[in-house]
Amino acid sequence: MAIYLTKESKVLVQGMTGGEGMKHTRRMLAAGTDVVGGVNPRKAGRTVDFDDRAVPVFGSVREGVEATGADVSVVFVPPAFARAAVQEAADAGIALAVVITEGIPVHDSVAFHAYAAAKGTRVVGPNCPGLITPGQSNAGIIPADIAKPGRIGLVSKSGTLTYQLMHELRDIGFSTCVGIGGDPVVGTTHIDCLAAFQDDPDTELVVLIGEIGGDAEERAAAHIRDHVTKPVVAYIAGFTAPEGKTMGHAGAIVSGSSGTAQAKKEALEAAGVLVGGTPTETARLVLDRLTAERDVTHS
Amino acid sequence: MDLFEHQARELFEEHGIPVPRAEVTDSPKEARGIARRLGGRVVVKAQVKTGGRGKAGGVKLAADPAAAELTARQIIGMDIKGHTVGTVMLAEPVDIESEFYVGYVLDRAAGRFLAIASAEGGMEIEEVAARRPQAVARVHIDPAEGVTTARAAEIAEAAGLPPQTVDVLVRLWNVLVREDAVLVEVNPLVRTARGQILALDGKVTLDDNAQFRQARWGDQQAAHDDPLEAAAAAKGLNYVKLDGEVGVIGNGAGLVMSTLDVVAGCGARPANFLDIGGGASAQVMADGLSVVLSDPAVKSVLVNVFGGITACDAVADGIVRALETVRVTKPLVVRLDGNNAARGRAILDGRAHPLVQQATTMDGAARRAAQLADAT
Repeated sequence: MAIYLTKESKVLVQGMTGGEGMKHTRRMLAAGTDVVGGVNPRKAGRTVDFDDRAVPVFGSVREGVEATGADVSVVFVPPAFARAAVQEAADAGIALAVVITEGIPVHDSVAFHAYAAAKGTRVVGPNCPGLITPGQSNAGIIPADIAKPGRIGLVSKSGTLTYQLMHELRDIGFSTCVGIGGDPVVGTTHIDCLAAFQDDPDTELVVLIGEIGGDAEERAAAHIRDHVTKPVVAYIAGFTAPEGKTMGHAGAIVSGSSGTAQAKKEALEAAGVLVGGTPTETARLVLDRLTAERDVTHS
Repeated sequence: MDLFEHQARELFEEHGIPVPRAEVTDSPKEARGIARRLGGRVVVKAQVKTGGRGKAGGVKLAADPAAAELTARQIIGMDIKGHTVGTVMLAEPVDIESEFYVGYVLDRAAGRFLAIASAEGGMEIEEVAARRPQAVARVHIDPAEGVTTARAAEIAEAAGLPPQTVDVLVRLWNVLVREDAVLVEVNPLVRTARGQILALDGKVTLDDNAQFRQARWGDQQAAHDDPLEAAAAAKGLNYVKLDGEVGVIGNGAGLVMSTLDVVAGCGARPANFLDIGGGASAQVMADGLSVVLSDPAVKSVLVNVFGGITACDAVADGIVRALETVRVTKPLVVRLDGNNAARGRAILDGRAHPLVQQATTMDGAARRAAQLADAT
């Protein structure tokens, strides 16, 4: 099962012929992703060879969808073109648009989120590593060889913390890992992923990674309290971040007394979520929790 | 990036929002001339990017040009919440009849901008919202539609603002969109005794991601208060100066924030945030190390890299090359994990630099860096 992305997913890459697009299309193919085409109006009609596979380039997302039945698009275009790229994907009926691009002006992302939502297109990102269903498909830049398939679902604002937790829990394995991105406004939220993991029979436990800025984690906590019966283990980064400074991610900023790591941790704990003090401790909490579940099941 | 009040005022004026006559200067002598041009009696306002100027003595009324010069001399150079006042704005005084608040902020959860308006202006809007939430109107704006006259009228009515503010609400939205701001607020927006609407004070925060199409603010962007932050920005590094003694370098914003927390958990204080990003080159590593080592407060440095896309052997090569170009004077603890970690560790072992040691886990590395900082 997994969420959002399976081996059936047919993936287009917008910006495939650029440097990052080429590099990561090769990696996605190696991970088993069914990449059915790239999009670049100036290179339409050509094919690009990736080792043993020739991938066609289409002039538009619509052409790609009509020719291949693609339902997922991974967007690598530069920030100035991201808004048009996402709107084009939505117009073509793409179900899932994964926006890797970092540095998109917020007015553009606000506009394309509203546009995509109206057309029924789910957006993951922007400024995210994408999502991976290990052993099935990889849409984005998450290294496919960190962890094997398994029963943990993961949702995170941070790419490298996702990799770190996947690495620590590589032997248990993951159903799907979703990097939702570090921008102030993102398409798919912690709550969306929690709801999807709750309904996914292949997911036994959810790891939630958050960081300073906004109140997405507090909202996720309220959702968990009311709607999630599966165990959730969380990690929050940024306890030492000073007020008013952007810490790397555009959305990672404590404004006044809002958006602090402490408030997020408290909200999650109040909802019954175990919150680890470090990534390693978080991984240990996951292991303990899974062992406890098994003991209960077997007794 | 936050703008100074006088820059916000200039944007408002360009977009047709009525503002009082005003000029800005860093010279008390010039202040005297400005006051004369503005009619003698002026308000002298410290230009700092922080609130609470009034309480700190950064806003004063001067009765005549001579007083304006004296007041400017007092205010320029003053420290307000850690910000040194570099310039003052002199503005014509206004006879206020009533004060309002209008602004647009990003509602992150809704993914939309939110109009916030209140007939109770002049104080912090958060205070008004906490004390009398019914006095604050909040209206979400559809990005495709923007703020039309009809929408602005709806906002004004919800907040109990006079009809003359409708035009200001439309124009303020234009400032937000056309200047790529993520926050604009006018507080207070006033009605004068003569019935005129004026934006008396304002705040504008621009979107750093929109620099590529907002060239006019290019020079401002590089203006950092902290010299280390300025040096890092000049090298294109993602660096934030903090108050501690353990320098931190890592890849990825989340992992670096997490590393700061783990250092703090070991009883030490991080000296900085530095994200070298994915696929960092030897040059970036060398630049990063040189900035962190040039911080006199730093006593030890923790390099924490999880190789995802980046291969750790490439990172180790970068560190080795950095060791050749940067004079390392403080102990370095390096933790490499993930992609090609074994090869990366072997490269550092081979280099055998006396001040460089390795740790296999993030927690262990932070503990060691904290001990080293404590020992020196």
